[in-house]
Amino acid sequence: MDIQILYKSGLIIVILLLSLVIAMYATLAERKIAGFFQDRLGPNRAGIFGLLQPVADGVKLFFKEEFMPATADKFLYVLGPSLTMLIALLGSAVIPWGNTLVIGNNVFPLQVADVNIGVLYVFAVTSIGVYGIMIGGWSSNNKYALMGAVRAASQMISYELAMGMALIAIVMMSGSLSLHDIVAQQHGIHWNVWYQPIGFFVFVICAFAETNRTPFDLPECDSELIGGYHTEYSSMKLGFYLFSEYINMFISSAMIASLYFGGYNFPFLHELGMSHNWLTIVGTFVLFAKIGFFMFLFMWVRWTLPRFRYDQLMRFGWKVLLPLAIVNIVATGVIYELFKK
Amino acid sequence: MNQDSTKISLTNRSKVVSNKKMSFLESLYLPAIFKGMFITMSHFFTKKATVQYPEVKRPVSDIYRGMHVLKRDEEGRERCTACGLCALSCPAEAITMIAKERLESEKHLYREEKYAAVYEINMLRCIYCGDCESACPKEAIFLTDRFVPSEVARDNFIYGKDVLLEPKDAPIDVSKRQTPEVLAFKKDKTQLHNK
Repeated sequence: MDIQILYKSGLIIVILLLSLVIAMYATLAERKIAGFFQDRLGPNRAGIFGLLQPVADGVKLFFKEEFMPATADKFLYVLGPSLTMLIALLGSAVIPWGNTLVIGNNVFPLQVADVNIGVLYVFAVTSIGVYGIMIGGWSSNNKYALMGAVRAASQMISYELAMGMALIAIVMMSGSLSLHDIVAQQHGIHWNVWYQPIGFFVFVICAFAETNRTPFDLPECDSELIGGYHTEYSSMKLGFYLFSEYINMFISSAMIASLYFGGYNFPFLHELGMSHNWLTIVGTFVLFAKIGFFMFLFMWVRWTLPRFRYDQLMRFGWKVLLPLAIVNIVATGVIYELFKK
Repeated sequence: MNQDSTKISLTNRSKVVSNKKMSFLESLYLPAIFKGMFITMSHFFTKKATVQYPEVKRPVSDIYRGMHVLKRDEEGRERCTACGLCALSCPAEAITMIAKERLESEKHLYREEKYAAVYEINMLRCIYCGDCESACPKEAIFLTDRFVPSEVARDNFIYGKDVLLEPKDAPIDVSKRQTPEVLAFKKDKTQLHNK
């Protein structure tokens, strides 16, 4: 039993560091990809291919002036970015990063916590995510920050509904709320995306909104709200806000990959004739390739689409996505009953 | 004549704006979004416009007018005689100089009997028109294809002889701005500058 506790602690540290490193290099990837989409090269001066750029950015943020508005609520002002960062990292706990590793008599699952309410847990955590932005924007005592925070709150609450509705269809099909079970059921190429294309679409769009990425970046909205909820933030507190966006992106990509694209499953995995442990390792790499693709999709969309107008955002969320998700639930139920797959 | 035919189109790319109702497919926006994403993806693979400056320099014209050079003659003597025509011709009043008489012992340094002890060009004032070059009767000043590097202080842009003068061991090629036509023009007795 001790070895399991030791293993879980190690896994937690590894996943934590991995999330941070991936988010760190996602900032570089974002800038590189943005450059490429705009016929530029992107940062390439710090280290080869600009690989030291995130380090330079981090160091820069640490040495920036730590500014706090005189009228800000001191405690909440610090709590905002901390909470955002904490919650962004919490989501990684239930995602199955791979199948199990069998060493001797011990079975090591590549998942920190296989809770039977995994999906619900992720939703609970992401809904707390709005507090980080709300608290930060409100405590800054700045009109733009407050406006951004209010937008963020209404946007995230609206899109969470449709997101949850899209997921209900998945839960109906799998009959389980555990992420481990949902992924395990999508063995081979039986990915949920083939059975739930509309649900997938709704989920991805909502994931964009939940992570406050373009075309749903109204909380930040630099051209109208200067910087939205983080207008008054500087130094590493701003860094936390910016950084948590990339962690959120990573976790969201992992969620999309696990729920709809089979997680660590890949086609013909049993025809390869590899041992169980090797399959697990390859599967983990496959999962990360899928995550990488979705992170690229996030960036691709960001550098293609313009921002929604606020009324369009609300209309789209409530009048298009939510009904679509509900229709999807009904359709799933009817088809499931008719064919009993 | 109706109004449309009198409109002048400069590029033939203007589009008539219409408020027609979108079809169902258009109102989904999805085809348009995919089209847009395809366009950005095609840019992902196009050749990049970036010129990586210090390593790669953009090609410039043969007769590019950049930083000045004060030429030396074949024996390495300064050609400038501090006549002040360049300063006079300069529309931006960027050139100043202080003339000095050549001593007997300095014959190997200066070609003419008078030389510029101080010769300064304010690179921030200079408009790189090349009038100094046309005015010079001694073929002493030329514009080259070198760039003026960036500086952090304005004072550093006042270039003296230490920067402008051509180094003895590394002559700067200005033959592209010294074509036979230019030389003929400079020696043309009918022109005002040679009278």
